Amino acid sequence: MTAEVPSGLPAAPEFTEPLQEWHRLHVRMLVVRPLNEGIAMLVPILVLLFTGNGEKWRLIASGATVAAILAFSYLIWRTTKYRITDEQVELHTGLLTRKQLAVPRDRIRTVDLTSKPGHRIFGLSAVRIGTGQQDVPGTDGLTLDAVTQQEAERLRLLLLQKGVTPRAAAAEGSPEQPAPLPESEVISQLDLKWLKYAPLSLSGLVAIGALFGVLSNYADDLGLHPVQDLWEWLFENPSLALFAGFLVVLAVAGLILSVPLYVLQFWNYRLTREPDGTVRVQRGLLTTRSVSVEEQRLRGVDVQEPLLVRAGKGAKLAAVTTGLGSKGESNLLLPPAPLSVAHQVSRDVLKVGNDPTTLRLRKHPFAALRRSMVRHTLPWIVIAVGLALFAPSWAWPIPVAVLPFAALVGWDNYRSLGNALDERYLVTRNNSLVRSTVALQRTGIIGWRIQRSFFQRRSGLMTIGATTAAGAGIYHVTDVGESHGLALADEAVPELLRPFLIDTGKSTED
Amino acid sequence: MSPKSVLLWTMQAATFWLVLFVPQLVVFLLVSRPPTWELALLIATGVVGVLHTAIEPSWRYRVHRWETTPDAVYTLSGWLNQEWRVAPVSRIQTIDTKRGPFQQMLGLSTVTVTTASAAGPVEIEGLAHEVAQRLVVELTNTTQATPGDAT
Repeated sequence: MTAEVPSGLPAAPEFTEPLQEWHRLHVRMLVVRPLNEGIAMLVPILVLLFTGNGEKWRLIASGATVAAILAFSYLIWRTTKYRITDEQVELHTGLLTRKQLAVPRDRIRTVDLTSKPGHRIFGLSAVRIGTGQQDVPGTDGLTLDAVTQQEAERLRLLLLQKGVTPRAAAAEGSPEQPAPLPESEVISQLDLKWLKYAPLSLSGLVAIGALFGVLSNYADDLGLHPVQDLWEWLFENPSLALFAGFLVVLAVAGLILSVPLYVLQFWNYRLTREPDGTVRVQRGLLTTRSVSVEEQRLRGVDVQEPLLVRAGKGAKLAAVTTGLGSKGESNLLLPPAPLSVAHQVSRDVLKVGNDPTTLRLRKHPFAALRRSMVRHTLPWIVIAVGLALFAPSWAWPIPVAVLPFAALVGWDNYRSLGNALDERYLVTRNNSLVRSTVALQRTGIIGWRIQRSFFQRRSGLMTIGATTAAGAGIYHVTDVGESHGLALADEAVPELLRPFLIDTGKSTED
Repeated sequence: MSPKSVLLWTMQAATFWLVLFVPQLVVFLLVSRPPTWELALLIATGVVGVLHTAIEPSWRYRVHRWETTPDAVYTLSGWLNQEWRVAPVSRIQTIDTKRGPFQQMLGLSTVTVTTASAAGPVEIEGLAHEVAQRLVVELTNTTQATPGDAT
């Protein structure tokens, strides 16, 4: 326990410890990176090669592209190095813009191991290290892409282990592993019965959309414009039957596709509690993923119920925590599964007797229903009026036809609203299309944002936002009655709001 | 909050509306026979701009409040839509001061207090420069006295 610095004492001078040597990413990345990234370039290259009559420039151009990809991946490999010292993880990378990233080891909250198919063939894995800092969208945090799977596993254990002397565990290449660890405890694993939620999650339709985008991109490269041609043809021969047929085909294809997609994403899904104090999610058929979250930093859970999944009494569960990227549902704790399973997993993960998201939620005032209805229907009314005035006569009935559904969503949105408080968690529920019930640890709340729009003030409502370092950064209690809302915020974090409550009471009165 | 903030907001609002109004006016005067909707838009921009510039700053000044205690920083801001923000001093990550061109003219500063949440910066606008500096020193001292990593 020599290198662990107890908090509160000044840290030991850095230079007394010899620094661990630098490592490169695994040399097999020279092959894997072109494989993973080259697949995207494969079609354009083939097109380039085979569309012409074998002119020489086509050969040269495609050869140059391949060479450029190879050279690029070599340069990335050459210029990237990392090391793990007693205090921090350092990564130097970049060719033109040199980047030097350093993460203090006691700030590491999550470790995400991802192996794409290319990685897996060569036994590699990318390691993403997350800290308490909120991610800037579009950045990737500190990622080692990639090291061998054994090294990745070693890093996962090493980086999340708090009790072990970092130096002993960090000793590179030494065969001694930390003492045999106790078994990890399985909280949940994939049940094939859950597959029935696959079609309900509409993932198939999303995939068709994505696939369509990619294909039409390639078509554009080839000088074809199938979409435009189809549109023009449709405008010349408008047909309701054709349109309906198209919708049916789309729906069926989406339903069929969603099942393999579910399998692809969630095969071998296992949620475990590891002996080193982390919760770990493993999943994936082709691209495998292992996300470890430090348990102490878990600030709550989010039970998400997309409309159709909710109709089938299902839900998925996400973690509210710091240090996870926003890419590819890295915060997922449970894929779409029966609601009872979601509650049970939530209970086990949070280590509480009763899942806070099953608490009886307090309804919001009637004025909230009015606001919800207006917010959901008004845009469609405006669009309908606008179209009636300025567009051909067939256009305005479309938004009018949507109106009843919008009203239903508005009503359901109001029914979703609710909040509750127990000894440890603030629970708030929002939204209709993807209903989300968030249980947020009260100690994780680091401030309030209380909004009162002009119309909210007229109806005595407010939207209370609890800001936190975890997850989305802010969680709202929407359209709650003023006095109840302030009481809730005051009770959730006792010392914070109290001194201002009397003050604000005065200032709103005069 | 310095009473000069009213002037600051007036200047900001006036600038915004002038940027919208002047190009329209130029187009209107240069085009030989401008359509009626262009005139309507021009007048509408002018009327809304004058009303907004006249009303918003003083309304805003009446709403805006800020306060710091040893435990928390608190602001109330907005005019039609109002917002309270509270951040505990123990969770403060950074304290910045910034001064835009108008603010420099008037000797005002904005103090921004950020926490670990991406959603939670508390901005105290329109402080006289000395007040802002004193506030920053004061907050920095109390923040440094608080242990922990503030997440």
